[in-house]
Amino acid sequence: MRWTLWVPLLLFAFFVGLAGYQLSQPKDEFIHSTMIGKPLPEFELKPASSALPGVSTADFRDGKPKLLNIWASWCLPCIAEAPHLEALREAGVEIVGVAIRDKQQDVDRFLETHGNPYSRIGADDISAIQLEIGSSGVPETFVIDGQGIIRHQHIGDVRAENVPELIEKLREAGQ
Amino acid sequence: MRALALFLAALLALPLAAQDSLPPAPYAYQQLEDPAQEAKAMALMHTLRCLKCQSQSIADSDAPMAGDMRHQVRTRIAAGEDPEAIRQWLVDRYGDYVSYEPRMTASAWPLFAIPLLLLLVAGAILWKRIGRRPEGGSGEVYDEADV
Repeated sequence: MRWTLWVPLLLFAFFVGLAGYQLSQPKDEFIHSTMIGKPLPEFELKPASSALPGVSTADFRDGKPKLLNIWASWCLPCIAEAPHLEALREAGVEIVGVAIRDKQQDVDRFLETHGNPYSRIGADDISAIQLEIGSSGVPETFVIDGQGIIRHQHIGDVRAENVPELIEKLREAGQ
Repeated sequence: MRALALFLAALLALPLAAQDSLPPAPYAYQQLEDPAQEAKAMALMHTLRCLKCQSQSIADSDAPMAGDMRHQVRTRIAAGEDPEAIRQWLVDRYGDYVSYEPRMTASAWPLFAIPLLLLLVAGAILWKRIGRRPEGGSGEVYDEADV
């Protein structure tokens, strides 16, 4: 029997194996920003809450690394991450918020109910800043260094185990 | 019955809470005044992926974020930006994933090369099997003496 007769069967086995391998791999549904290492765009956002100032790019260039938290009062995982953002604030981390497509009274009510870990919150009514930094949902948290360069992206809500991780990333960004 | 009522209530509650209440961005649903510009914007929007819904283009999706992306596309087209520059602006932020337009990249070139390779192999096999037959005399052709 000629060996070439086995080629189709081998090809078939290869594709079955490939499909089986791909099916067994965990699926990464996150869309990662490709803006890591690049500077924040120039922007100036009006205040999203009645108590805190708005946000502009200049706020990130004071030499101190910060967290940029993309969130919204209408977002459920944002409620889940609120206590962990509070833990970060207590550890001395400055958290700047950007509220996506939000109303002032809703933001105020959220902060009253779930606590306020933010130093300032800007209102992004048309997701413009979100698109500029390659974020595709709420909540997402970015580590920004003291020169306004994006250093790290955390996708999804911040959980207890992410708190030391983010503090470490902030420390790295400060070096 | 109670369980059913609770289940129905749960179905209603989540989507309502997980949606913002702001009006859509100005150019999310509004076309550009200039039909030529709108056609350009539309063609581009059909080839950009909605990041929230992932299997739809931003032209097809009613997700608020898709509306915000349409607003970006339309305002940038209206400002005279080239559609491919706008695509590149998004690819710079989200990677190739955001664009439906196939591109020859380091990981995608086998998709373009393999069909060509298979065509060549199939052509070679066909040529070997039947291409030379009319000249006669090959071993696979029986003559009457064999039968």
